[in-house]
This record gives sequence, structure tokens and C-alpha cells, in this order.
Amino acid sequence: MKFDSIIIGGGLSGLVCGLRLQKAGRKCAIISSGQSAMHFSSGYFDFLDRTPDGKTTKDLKEALGNLPEEHPYSKIGKERLTGYMGSVKEFFSGCGIKLGGDPFSNGYRITPTGNFKPTWLSLEDFSLLENESVPWKKVLIANIEGFLDFNTSFIAESLESRGTACRTSVIDIEEMQRLRRNPSEMRSANIARVLDRQECADKAVSQIKQQLQDEEAVLLPAVFGLRTPEVKDRLTKAIGREVFFVATMPPSVPGIRTQMRLKEEFEASGGVFLAGDTALSPELAGSRVMSIGTVNFGDIRLEADSYVLATGSFFSKGLSATPERIVENIFGLDIISDTQRERWYDTDFFNRQNYISYGIRTDSRMRCIKEGSTVENLYAAGSVLGGSNPLYEGSGAGTAIFTAMYVADSILSSVNTTL
Amino acid sequence: MTEMKMQENNISENNFEQCIKCTVCTVYCPVVPVNPEYPGPKQAGPDGERLRLKKGIFFDQTLKYCLNCKRCEVACPSGVRIGDIIQAAKIRYGKSRPKLRDFMLASTDMMGGIATKVAPVVNATLKIKPVKQIMDGVLKIDHRRSFPEYSSQTFESWFRKNALRDQEKFDRHVAYFHGCYANYNYPQLGKDFVKVMNALGYGVRLLDGEKCCGVALVSNGMINQATRNARRNIKLMEGALSSCEAVLGTSSSCSFTIRDEYPHLLGVDNSSVRDRMELAVKFIYRLLESGKAKLEFRDDFKARIAYHVPCHMEKLGWGIFSARLVKMIPGVEFTMLDSNCCGIAGTYGFKKENYEVSQAIGKPLFDQIRAVDPDYVACDCETCKWQIEMSTGYKVMNPISILAAAIKGRD
Repeated sequence: MKFDSIIIGGGLSGLVCGLRLQKAGRKCAIISSGQSAMHFSSGYFDFLDRTPDGKTTKDLKEALGNLPEEHPYSKIGKERLTGYMGSVKEFFSGCGIKLGGDPFSNGYRITPTGNFKPTWLSLEDFSLLENESVPWKKVLIANIEGFLDFNTSFIAESLESRGTACRTSVIDIEEMQRLRRNPSEMRSANIARVLDRQECADKAVSQIKQQLQDEEAVLLPAVFGLRTPEVKDRLTKAIGREVFFVATMPPSVPGIRTQMRLKEEFEASGGVFLAGDTALSPELAGSRVMSIGTVNFGDIRLEADSYVLATGSFFSKGLSATPERIVENIFGLDIISDTQRERWYDTDFFNRQNYISYGIRTDSRMRCIKEGSTVENLYAAGSVLGGSNPLYEGSGAGTAIFTAMYVADSILSSVNTTL
Repeated sequence: MTEMKMQENNISENNFEQCIKCTVCTVYCPVVPVNPEYPGPKQAGPDGERLRLKKGIFFDQTLKYCLNCKRCEVACPSGVRIGDIIQAAKIRYGKSRPKLRDFMLASTDMMGGIATKVAPVVNATLKIKPVKQIMDGVLKIDHRRSFPEYSSQTFESWFRKNALRDQEKFDRHVAYFHGCYANYNYPQLGKDFVKVMNALGYGVRLLDGEKCCGVALVSNGMINQATRNARRNIKLMEGALSSCEAVLGTSSSCSFTIRDEYPHLLGVDNSSVRDRMELAVKFIYRLLESGKAKLEFRDDFKARIAYHVPCHMEKLGWGIFSARLVKMIPGVEFTMLDSNCCGIAGTYGFKKENYEVSQAIGKPLFDQIRAVDPDYVACDCETCKWQIEMSTGYKVMNPISILAAAIKGRD
């Protein structure tokens, strides 16, 4: 089966790359084995929360100047990257996804346990705070009865330590009771399905209105809008106070909706999404990938001019660790890593873990390297890339999005030069 | 280092320990949103497995609500065989014996064998209201369910009388696993398959004494019978493959069962045939793409077709082959329906206790079909076909039948 480009991996990076190529008229297929990390999204995209040497960032253009050479952002280059940053909101709104925030500076989010953390842009469900202080004097924190993945007392404790008066309350909707018969099913996505029904959302609104006194804002778990966007605006209008969503423990309702929207947009623009399939046994001739197989396709090969590896890191099985070394699982590509196993991790779990920064080595155009030489038509995007520590830096989403754009543009420009 | 080696190699057969408790499977389970009694794939599968391994009394009867659609496995980021874990637990720990009703629903080839002999009587009787009420009251087969009709001539007997002679004129052959549906209910599908394969230059052979694939036997707990059928079918296929290029099916669930459920659930080794047992659409796609064969289409064929990917087709990952073949036909206006379960899941939706859940699961699909308003729906699964036809009134055609109708040549 022939395509212009084949992308291995259907997460944020694979989809952004596929969308950009498909919208530029290239025929793309995405091979996706299982759902992606978007299902665990915080509801915010991080770009660079702190530099590799640990400094908290605010002005992002300035922070870009001091990154090491092998960092994916350095490969994209400051000028091109700031151009991408300037157009990122437009790109996503073209896919039906509204992003909030200033693409050139960081704000703050409230985590599910009530901490304040720097972040970059927000999905439309969420708002960005300008700094680490609480913008309200009094808030109501309302939870769904019986929902354990949203801890109101942690959040209240944190806000009160910052001088905000908090009251907590519980929303009790009859239609939700049936979920509670099975404790393991009282989870965000199932609650959101109930709240997607207008009559249930109305009940929630009227209870919140009754519970509100003179609070300026109501904090709610992000369990609204699994299928429908713009739910925050509607709730704000109906309640008449500021509505501020706080992310829950996974699965992430806004993350799932965003993933589904990107996939729908990719398919609507003509892309082929092969769900639940795994790429394997690539065929290389010289320095080019000629074709790739999949578990489900068997002997039927997938062929393309260019290939993009967006398989993710260890969680998504893009990379594996054996006792001796780190391996890229499909092509056996060259890896940036430490050879001594003791350097891989720090025994203090909360310290910087080096293994998170391991990933594949590329040239300046994000083309992969195998046994020391560049594979001409194989590119890499997202967290499979080495050279940065997305967990420590808080740079996962930015890397996923912008390396995907850069790879798509590299492919498009190489097509144009050949023509 | 020895410890690490052990960790690397210590992966169980159904890999339940690879589950990282991310709950993504639960998001894509079609039962969870409509049936709160069902604990969901994570709890029913890998979580419950840990307890069951400790003691069988932890087996939970609500596992029967699992449709075995495998959507959890398609969604799982860690490659855990969640659906297999649940089915295997039902087989291993389930205490309830199949009822008379389950026996009747599951024994598709025995019931079909009897019914085809008196098809007009059976078809007429199954439509009568008092009969439906009795079936509902006594057998717990829901009275709102309409039954697939039986054919008065089986496909096998039609084939022997009308097609067999011509098949040996071809140089190349494929064996056809027609399944119970094409044989007893809708021989036209088998006839269409023969027409298409002949047009591609292939003669068709049947497997002499083919048994039901066993999909319904497995889901109704009749494991011994299913295993006997599996062994026999594999033996027949091994024999056929000495002179045929492939064994082809036209039902996604039969093909899925033979390829994946035989080794995973029944412990029947199919490695000697697995790579050459597939759905006809995949075989035909390969043939046309390689340019080794061509199909001549009629000029006057026109149809607006919406394609529904059955759950087992989704798991096989072959929906794209059916879609490509149907799209290739000149005069077809094609719509790909969203990935949703129709709710019938074989015999599941026939059971009185499941009827409401079954219809609720299918609702998004039915609504979309009505909104698209196609001339007909394309689909590779017979039970999806019954469910969609009954619930929407739209006609459903197998992609092979659509190809047969669109190519030149007589029927």
C-alpha cells in the first residue's frame, strides 16, 4: 500500500506531523499501537518550564538562547522555532482546538494535588494563572459525590496557605449513582459521559448555584466535555461566576477529547489512521527506508517516500531498556545515552533521571542515524528524540509539537527541492 | 544482573502484569457507559486476574457482560491482551453451565442443519408473535429481536450442484471457509464469493466437512465442542493448503476466531495455517495491488455506501482492505462510519437480559447511519448485519457481495 509519508505513532507528535503534511497535500498513514499519552494530559502544554541547568523560565525567547546543541529546540533553530510558536494557536484552531495563553511566556497551573506549577499554553477547558499567587479571595471547590481522583482538601489546603478562603461542596446527581455501584468505574471519563447529557449538566449547574455564597470563583474537576468542547464558557454563563477547572488524576477528559479531535481532523483531511497496529520489519536499501510492515498487514507492505518515527519514549515502547543498553525498537537506530548503567537513574525518585533524556540521535534536519550514517528518508519527532529531559525541563508537549512541525516542513521542503 | 534477566523474561502468557493501570481501556469499552454492573475491562481483566490467580473464588460472574469485542486491546498502550484475559477467566473459572437457550444459540451448525431442511416453516414460525413470546418467556430470547432467516438450500449443496464442476478449470485455487451464516442463512454470500474469485482467475474449493468456527461456542462456554471444531478445521485447512494458495473467509468473526482465538483461548496450535488463513478482502486487495489480477466493473453501477468496521475487523486491522475495495468501484459514493460497536456481539444481543444494553451500545452507530442515509451499509460481519438491519431498516451488504454486484459477468 503506497503513501507519500508514513508516520509511526499516533500521539500528539505523530498527529501534528500527519496533519501538517496531509493539509499540505501529502497522503499520509499513521500506524498507532494503542492510545497515546494524551490520555494522561494535564490539560496544559509545557514548552520549557525550566532550563536544563534548573532555572525557572518566564520569557521563553530568552531561555532558548542557552540550550545545548543536541537539544531538539536547538536543532530547529531559534528563528524557526519562534516562528512556529507564533503560529501554534492558529495551527490548533485550524484543527478545532482552542489554546489559551501567550506562546512566548509561561504562566502557572494548579495541579490535581493543589500545587502551583509553571506551564505554557492551556486547552480551552483550563485557564492560566499569571504567577504563583491565587487570583481570588474566596473560592468554592466542588467535587462530584464519590469521585476519588479529585482531592478537594489538598487543593483547599494549598490555596488557604496562599491566603484564599476555601469552602468545599459536593455535587450529587442521581444519574451518577449507578456509576458508584462499581467503585472502579467512578472515573473521570465515565462521569464525563453522564455530564455530557444536557439534563445532567443542568442539575450540576443548579446545585453549584445553590452552594455558592459570595465566592468569586468555583473550582471544578475537569470531568466536563468528553465529546463537546466549549463547556467552560457554557458553565461560566450558566453559573454567573468564574469557572476554573482543575485536572483530575488520569484519564484526562480534555486530553481524550483533544486526541479524538486531532484524529478526526486527520482522517477528515484524508489521512489513514491504523489503530491498534504495530510497525515492524522495516526494509532498508543503502541509506533509505524502502518499506515497512505491520503486525496486522502481514506480508502486505506499506511504502512511502518518507517515514516519521513518532513512537514515543519508554512508556509507548518507542524505546526499551535491556540490562545493558537502551534500544530503539523498530529500526535499531543510534541512541544518545550513557553506557554505564549507574548513570541511567538516580535512586532518589524525585531527582533528575537521566534515562528520560535518552533517545535517538538525529542530524540537524531530524533525520535518524543508524550505525553512524544518516537514514535519508527517516525522520524522528517527539519524545523518542534524545537530547533533552522533558520531565525535568517540562518540555514534552513543546518538543512533540514543534519537532513534528519541523519534520513535516523538512519533508515538504525536500519534496519541493526534488521537484 | 540475574535478577534483571528474570524480570525481562518473566512475562506471563496473557501478559496481565504489563498493565500499568492507566484505565485507557475503560474509556473505549462499549459496555461500561451503558451497563454499570460490568466492572470494566481493567478490573475484569488484568486487575481481577491477580486476585483469581490467588484463588478462583475471586472470579466475578459479571464478566459475562463482556462482549469480547477486543476494543480494550486495540486501545491498550501496553499491549495487554485484556479481552483474552477476560475470556480465559470465564472459561477457567466460570461455573454456570450453558442453558438450553445458550446451547441453541451457540450450536449454529447443528441448528442450521435442522432448520434449512424445513426453512419456510422455521422462518414463518419465528416471526409469529406467540412463538416469540414463548421463546422470550421460556428460553429468554428477547421477543423484540428479529431472527435471521434460514435458506432452504445450503450453500454447500448449491455449490456441489452448480459450481463444483467449473472450479477445476482454473489453474489456481483458494479454499473457502464459508462459515455457518453463508451456509445456512445466506448462501448468496457464498455464491458472490465464487463469482468474484472466478473473475479473478481462481477456482474455489470447499473444506470437506467444515465445522462452525466456534465463536459462539466459546462465548457460551461450550469449550470442549469449540476445541473439537477448532482441531478439525485446522486439520482440514492444512490439507487444503497443499493445493490451494490460501483459505479465505467472508466473515470477520470466523476469520478472527480461527486466527487468534484458537491459539489464545482454546490452546489449539494454528501456526501451520495462520499466515495463509485470511479474509477474502485482504487476499483480493493484495492481488489487485500487485497487478496480478484485475476486476472489470460495470459502467452502470451506482451506490451510496457507508462502511461499518465490525469490532473483530477493527482488531484484525483489516477494515482498510474492505474500505479500499469498495471505494475502488466506479460509481460508489463512500462514507466511512465512525468506529463504534453495533451492540449485538454474536449471540449476546439475542439474550433477553442483554437486549436493552445491546441496543444502547449500538445507538451512536444507528444514529450516524440514519444521518448519512446511504443506499446501503457495507460490513464484513453477519451479526452486525442483523443488528443494523433490524435497528435501522437499512440493508447491509458484505463487501464481497458488493464487488460481485459491481463486476461484469452473470451471477
